[in-house]
Amino acid sequence: MSNQHLNNEDHNNHEGNDQHKQTFISKYVFSMDHKMIAKQFLITGIIMGCLGVLMSMVFRLQLAFPDTPFPFMENFMGHWAKDGRLDPSFYLALITIHGTIMVFYVLTAGLSGTFSNLLIPLQIGARDMASPLFNMLSYWFFLLSSLVLVSSLFVDGGPASSGWTIYPPLSALPTAISGSGMGMTLWLIAIILFVVSSLLGGVNYIATVINMRTLGMKMTRLPLTVWSFLLTAILGLLSFPVLLGAGLLLIFDRSFGTSFYLSDIPADLAGGIERVGGSPILFQHLFWFLGHPEVYIIILPALGITSEVLATNARKPIFGYRAMIGSMIAIAVLSFVVWGHHMFVTGMNPFLGSVFVLGTLIIAVPSAVKTFNYLATLWKGNLRLTPAMLFAIGLVSFFISGGLTGLFLGNAALDINLHDTYFVVAHFHIVMGSAAIFGMMSGIYHWYPKMFGRMMNSTLGYLHFWITFIAAYCVFFPMHFMGLAGVPRRYYAITAYDQFDVFVNMNVFITIAALIGGAAQLIFLFNFFYSIRKGKKAEQNPWESNTLEWTTPVERIHGNWPGEIPHVYRWPYDYSKPGALTDFIPQNIPDEGQTDPLEETKPPVHA
Amino acid sequence: MSDTTSITSDPAKEPVEQKALWGGGRSPFTISYGKFMMWIFLLSDTFTFSALLIGYGFTRHSFEGNTVTPWPTPDQVFNHFPFLHGMHLPLIFVSVMTFILMFSSVTMGFAVEAGHRMAKKEVSFYMLLTILGGIGFLGCMAWEWAQFINGTEAGKMLADGSVFHGANLHLNEYGPTAFADLFFIVTGFHGVHVLSGIIINSTIYINVLKGTYEKRGHYEMVEKVGLYWHFVDLVWVFVFTFFYLI
Ligand code: HEM
Ligand SMILES: [Cu+2]
Repeated sequence: MSNQHLNNEDHNNHEGNDQHKQTFISKYVFSMDHKMIAKQFLITGIIMGCLGVLMSMVFRLQLAFPDTPFPFMENFMGHWAKDGRLDPSFYLALITIHGTIMVFYVLTAGLSGTFSNLLIPLQIGARDMASPLFNMLSYWFFLLSSLVLVSSLFVDGGPASSGWTIYPPLSALPTAISGSGMGMTLWLIAIILFVVSSLLGGVNYIATVINMRTLGMKMTRLPLTVWSFLLTAILGLLSFPVLLGAGLLLIFDRSFGTSFYLSDIPADLAGGIERVGGSPILFQHLFWFLGHPEVYIIILPALGITSEVLATNARKPIFGYRAMIGSMIAIAVLSFVVWGHHMFVTGMNPFLGSVFVLGTLIIAVPSAVKTFNYLATLWKGNLRLTPAMLFAIGLVSFFISGGLTGLFLGNAALDINLHDTYFVVAHFHIVMGSAAIFGMMSGIYHWYPKMFGRMMNSTLGYLHFWITFIAAYCVFFPMHFMGLAGVPRRYYAITAYDQFDVFVNMNVFITIAALIGGAAQLIFLFNFFYSIRKGKKAEQNPWESNTLEWTTPVERIHGNWPGEIPHVYRWPYDYSKPGALTDFIPQNIPDEGQTDPLEETKPPVHA
Repeated sequence: MSDTTSITSDPAKEPVEQKALWGGGRSPFTISYGKFMMWIFLLSDTFTFSALLIGYGFTRHSFEGNTVTPWPTPDQVFNHFPFLHGMHLPLIFVSVMTFILMFSSVTMGFAVEAGHRMAKKEVSFYMLLTILGGIGFLGCMAWEWAQFINGTEAGKMLADGSVFHGANLHLNEYGPTAFADLFFIVTGFHGVHVLSGIIINSTIYINVLKGTYEKRGHYEMVEKVGLYWHFVDLVWVFVFTFFYLI
């Protein structure tokens, strides 16, 4: 044992609260403190999120009122909305950038960047990330990437317009459509910067979780949040490089006349060079090898946050802690072998298709395990319905209703009909969009006191939750019916098809719900920024939670703990433990007579 | 910010009972975070190369049974050797190249080993050899590319009746354009890795000469760049296999 004490002293050998002078620049701008970097990610993510939401408002207006001009649009979109009518090609640009922002910038970097940074060191008992420098660089690459993407809105020809999946040939031939030129180039640069950022973040998260846990923090005592961040980082680290490789080949096709993704394109359409011998399907394979793990990169941290918030606010241990870890690992592994379910209509060999069907349906098993464990955690709990708790329950609801439609899409025979219809839009907006956003919101409400030392206003929080929750279902649920009837996605108007006239009113309804849901986010923004200065002062452990971050002082000092880093004696879910005196026992509290952190605590004593 | 690095100092490396490996307060692999991060990075980079090589496999597969522009046989393309004109020497030159790179991996290993013994002189000697090996490899690669680009006297008749020699990203006398495209990109991407390896190794070499690591008390930096260098070599084995052997 002596060795461990030695090791741990090494961990602790610097007092945390070194109050050396920090300038504004080193504290707020080029900060290497993980808590500050988390806030930088969060605020950048929120700004990008606002942009993404505003875009969706514009194209929702277009979809509901295809014949009505909105002159005010011309004021800020110029020639893209001449006389208040949205230009069809700009519609495509908007959905492309909307999708890119939401998937990568808000729900990947905004979500993981914020909570991995904030919670990994605090919950495992470390003074900071393994490499604070890499951590800072990770944020700066992300910011640069965001700026490049936003700047692509202002270039000639507009931003990339071939969908967030940037399939060739639209993305591979700079003259294909208006957004294929400069806009697409900037999109690629932005994504390369993004991959660098995620790589720098990812190596750091993994190294920190594996190497820097405080004494007693066994892997089987890690909060589920940390498990989810670890697996997310691994997924990102293994899938983003494939996107990088795909992007490299795409850049050569675009700029140097190669034909990796192109075939049978005559020279006069392709910059004077005949393109033969390549295949756009190759791009799809490479893209979805990233693309499917990417959806789990988005949802896993949200699920981790939910586990934590549900257990804390149900005052019960999370149901099936090890099953939760096991199913997250299973999801992470399986997510690498199901990418083909996005490609059922590419003329794939039906046998291969059935392999992908099988893989996809198997993922439903660990997903269902998680869902039932959530429900079992809530069952007979002593629920404290804080705003964070409501958002977490909201996530569970979306994960169920969106996951069920995944079973439809995962069957090749059904997907061949449903592919590229609004059914898919409904599916992924519920299971990925809404669920992950609700997870993120839950995390923000729950850990706001840790980030800013103040509480957010609960009344506004409830208002925000209920409007958003109802609006999200009103927006996305009807889309299933449109999809089943065959309404295609990525069309800027469906007025040319008589059989879709029945959906005119439904489209108006959706748009009104979307506008209300969008407006509800203003409540959140107000609450968020107002509370930074004016919120009620937070106590040290406002939610009576067990995890280590609540043992740090409210002041959020550099190095996290003023004295020694606490040791860990138990798992994080000792809520309402039978026989215990209090209804929660933080991880750093030993059992009576327990001296060795590695020893297990006594089992609960049932009366 | 001065002591950000020190507050995150790494768990020490003393041996510990097996059962406590994952118990926290130490690194379960008994390895510093820096070296661990290098491993993780290399794992990630493996996937970048895999993407490119899978692209190669996919494209090549689509040429199976294509009799109009069949995929070329490497023996017929890479059969030159400097100063030996007109002789058919399949894959001899690339073997020399490969040997040089492998040899630089061996010297790198010696440098790392010498680092454990804190033998500064030997570390610097072997680092130098490694750097020279890397430069030698890149030189060979340049010659190989030049051969490939300039092509043979025979060349290939184009649709407009002119004759084209060698290969670039749009035309290729040896077979399908895709073959040349992939050759340039994959070996080029590997070459960029070698080049950055040489730059990194040189930086470390200068630090060794300056005695930086002697002062620090360990040569772990040499180990880290060693990992990278072995990785670059290993990748070459795959690139070599794909482009030259099968
Ligand atoms: C319950 C397990 C799930 C199953 C069985 C499933 C299945 C599928 C299938 C088969 C598709 C392809 C539809 C098509 O292209 O026509 C799809 C699309 C999609 N899924 Fe899922 N999914 C599941 C969970 C998730 C989760 C958790 C997320 C996000 C966090 C997600 C996000 C997406 C997205 C973004 C698309 C749209 C792809 C596009 O642009 O066409 N899915 N899903
Ligand atoms: Cu998928």
